[in-house]
Amino acid sequence: MPINPSLVKEFESITGKEQVLTEQADLQSYSYDAAVLTPVVPALVVAPTTQEQLCKTVKTAYDNGLPITVRGSGTNLSGSTIPQGDGMVILTNRLNKILEINEEDLYAVVEPGVVTAQFAAAVAAKGLFYPPDPGSQSVSTLGGNVAHNAGGLRGLKYGVTKDYIMGMEVVDYRGELIKTGSRTVKYVTGYNMAALMAASEGTLGVFSNMTIKLVPPPKASKAMLAEFDDVNKASEAVAGIIAGHIVPCTLEFLDQNCIRYVEADTRAGLPVDAAAILLIEVDGGHALLVEEDADKVMDVCRKCGSTNIRIARNAEEKLKIWEARRGALPALARARPTTVLEDATVPRSQIPAMIAAVNATAKKYSLEVGTFGHAGDGNLHPTFLCDRRNKEEFTRVEAAVDEIFDVALKLKGTLSGEHGIGKAKAKWMEKETNRATMEFNKNLRLALDPKLLFNAGNKFV
Amino acid sequence: MSESTPTSQPVSTALRNLADNLLKLDDLLISCMRCGFCLAVCPVYGATMKEADATRGKIALLEFLSRHMINDPEAVNDRLTRCLLCGSCQAVCPSGVKIMDIFLHARSIVREYLGLSATEKLIFRSLLGRPKLFNALLGMSAKFQGLFLREVDPALGTHKAPMLSSFIGDRHFPRLAGRSFHSRVASLDEAAGSSGLRVAFFPGCVSDKLFPEVAEATLKVLRKHGVGAFLPDGLACCGIPALSGGDMTAYHTMVAENLALLGDAGFDRLVTPCGTCAATIKEFWPKLADGYTEKDKAVIRDLQAKTIDITAFLCDVLKVELPAASAGKTRVTYHDSCHLRKSLGVFEQPRSILKSLPGHEYVEMAEAERCCGSGGSFTLKHYDLSKQIGKRKRDNVVAVDPDIVAAACPACMMQLMDMHSQHGDRVKVRHVVEMYADAL
Ligand SMILES: Cc1cc2nc3c(=O)[nH]c(=O)nc-3n(C[C@H](O)[C@H](O)[C@H](O)COP(=O)(O)OP(=O)(O)OC[C@H]3O[C@@H](n4cnc5c(N)ncnc54)[C@H](O)[C@@H]3O)c2cc1C
Ligand code: SF4
Ligand code: SF4
Repeated sequence: MPINPSLVKEFESITGKEQVLTEQADLQSYSYDAAVLTPVVPALVVAPTTQEQLCKTVKTAYDNGLPITVRGSGTNLSGSTIPQGDGMVILTNRLNKILEINEEDLYAVVEPGVVTAQFAAAVAAKGLFYPPDPGSQSVSTLGGNVAHNAGGLRGLKYGVTKDYIMGMEVVDYRGELIKTGSRTVKYVTGYNMAALMAASEGTLGVFSNMTIKLVPPPKASKAMLAEFDDVNKASEAVAGIIAGHIVPCTLEFLDQNCIRYVEADTRAGLPVDAAAILLIEVDGGHALLVEEDADKVMDVCRKCGSTNIRIARNAEEKLKIWEARRGALPALARARPTTVLEDATVPRSQIPAMIAAVNATAKKYSLEVGTFGHAGDGNLHPTFLCDRRNKEEFTRVEAAVDEIFDVALKLKGTLSGEHGIGKAKAKWMEKETNRATMEFNKNLRLALDPKLLFNAGNKFV
Repeated sequence: MSESTPTSQPVSTALRNLADNLLKLDDLLISCMRCGFCLAVCPVYGATMKEADATRGKIALLEFLSRHMINDPEAVNDRLTRCLLCGSCQAVCPSGVKIMDIFLHARSIVREYLGLSATEKLIFRSLLGRPKLFNALLGMSAKFQGLFLREVDPALGTHKAPMLSSFIGDRHFPRLAGRSFHSRVASLDEAAGSSGLRVAFFPGCVSDKLFPEVAEATLKVLRKHGVGAFLPDGLACCGIPALSGGDMTAYHTMVAENLALLGDAGFDRLVTPCGTCAATIKEFWPKLADGYTEKDKAVIRDLQAKTIDITAFLCDVLKVELPAASAGKTRVTYHDSCHLRKSLGVFEQPRSILKSLPGHEYVEMAEAERCCGSGGSFTLKHYDLSKQIGKRKRDNVVAVDPDIVAAACPACMMQLMDMHSQHGDRVKVRHVVEMYADAL
């Protein structure tokens, strides 16, 4: 439905004509994100370039009852930036300034459209470290990371995005700027709204800037690859490492299917007969201590029956070890046209049960699947391969995914470890929680968004 | 995205044909998983931050056009041509989407529907496709250009063309060489030299007409290393300008002329100082040879194997011994041509050459691999956008404060010169092979 021309003019007077898109070809290009869902074309796209423009844009949209979808880079995998057909998209990618990097107090202040990897690089240039590293970091925005509480390879030791949010400013439905948190390490003066905003998926307001915690970088690291002939043994090794009080910065897992896809794609010489491989990296403040931790990790792996262990002796070998992990998604993505990347997460000890269930389900529905993921935190990415043009096959994928969610919940896990609920999993929310929780969520949302215009259809139906 | 919703408007037969032709690309289009990784590297998106300008947006629009979800080929074509064909996206695409194939085919399909504009037809069909005429015209305009070219920066040797600006914008471009390389060396047919090698020498249009010193340096280097050169009279353009403009007729004419001249000549390698020509011959000629005769196909396969840019030829074939780096006073930095780095994987060779030059100090700039914004007809059609992209490159160059910025592609050199001239920078733009030749 086209938007009233006088309203378009109003937006143009706020941001300038250039930043308001109404042409079909432009609108169509905001109808999708990285989720495999049906595209929906918005009626209008506005890209504010200052905080003031952002506030006015939100106010004007809200006053006029326009559904609002905030979009960073549109890389989320849950459809949380697929707009409403009669609504508008507010783009944050032109709000992309790093406002401050404070080397004394170890924090930075950023606008929401700053790209994650560019931020990490700017911080590294000052000798500091921003650990969250989602696979999409070269393109994802920090605003999108907060709204999805994005995780990454370093989650086990360093935590996820929410652990680095000290404070933020949020535009509420009236177009007013709300402040929460502070630049101090300790802060108890208000509600901890920054925590509420993490994983809010654009449903509670629009982040206008964020104060982000920084840490000193580790001084040394060691990477290892351990092969196992049984998923249970790999899982025991994971438990053993943690029980030995070592927290690797990365503890990644590839199952046999996934190893085979990577090997077929890269011919890197991976062990295609292994049931699983673990890729482990330990880091810390001193090379000797790191060395000691690495020895302990290898010891545990050996005791748990690892059939072969390699340790990287230099930077080149380290790159080589990580090649298998880096190659996982490309290998799966290239094997078939469509890649359905799932995110069900279970308690660490349930990984073998989960892998078994994933493979059994794939077999039942005659589907191809490969699983990789973050073994340290039980966050697995079973990835189904198909062709979205083949409706019959795609229906089987949807059925299989539904079954996998069921298993994850039975194993006391969760629907999503990091990709979010969005539109893709909204119908599942009540199953993971209960009716009362859903009502509570709705009341909370109505308080912050009385007309339910912020990303309606996201999080719950 | 299991289902698509076509628009309800009725569509014309021509439009249906267009959509059907695009559907032939469906198997390629479908492999885009919309991850957005291309947004991080696409120079056009970097400048405008509009999704429709990014690779992902262009691919989505083509898919929507083929499924009648949008019925505005003009608008899609407009987005499609806002592209440098730099290949940066394809180099990072995790899904292995054959993006360049999609874009080239789609351009020709959509252009066929829309028809070529008159200026484009003039350039592609009349000039680039007819090397003799092109040379004669350029010879004339080089003599008369003093009439409408105003000198802007004598140090860089760039000129401004106020009277031509409706066509080429406010571009500062190098004075059309008083004498093109071709007017001095029309043809060569030397036997293999002391190296035992005889190579076909493909100077490329931009070296020939705008930077004859680059072609001459290449020849000097070949001679110095005992390599015999074969240069037939009448080599045509490699075809990339026509290809990117979607004019397949002109493209095939150019390739055919070249094949006729290069087919039976007998040489070990085809050497060029132009990264763009090298990539076109190696990558696009074989891909677009479907309707060719078996003989032409064989020639193309042979050329695919033999074509090499001059820096890789020096380092990988001749294996010239490069002296160890000596920290000299002249600071030099290097810009990666997209075609060399992303299509051909050539990036170490030019750097090792530069690092070995006596009296020079090599400094690496930030984002050296990022596209400079020059891209065949892109720079003519979208000059403002090209300038915006070039500005980022220029800033990265200036940040390391070099005396010289070197490149191994004359098309990039043109853009770099323009950018530095526009900003009044005291930075010289040179080809790696020129600097190597100077040191011989
Ligand atoms: C190949 C691939 C790998 C990935 N790997 C990972 C991974 O390792 N870990 C992980 O966690 N995720 C991963 N993701 C998912 C995705 O990249 C992340 O969720 C990322 O945080 C999204 O950032 P974005 O800028 O693209 O946000 P978008 O997709 O544009 O938006 C995501 C959500 O954030 C909201 N939003 C954006 N900006 C604001 C704002 N300023 N205020 C309020 N709400 C806002 C949107 O409304 C939407 O709900 C991956 C995705 C892909 C395609
Ligand atoms: S990187 Fe490749 S798969 Fe990803 S959006 Fe771009 S073209 Fe599509
Ligand atoms: S070829 Fe270059 S300009 Fe064109 S879409 Fe890809 S990255 Fe962008």
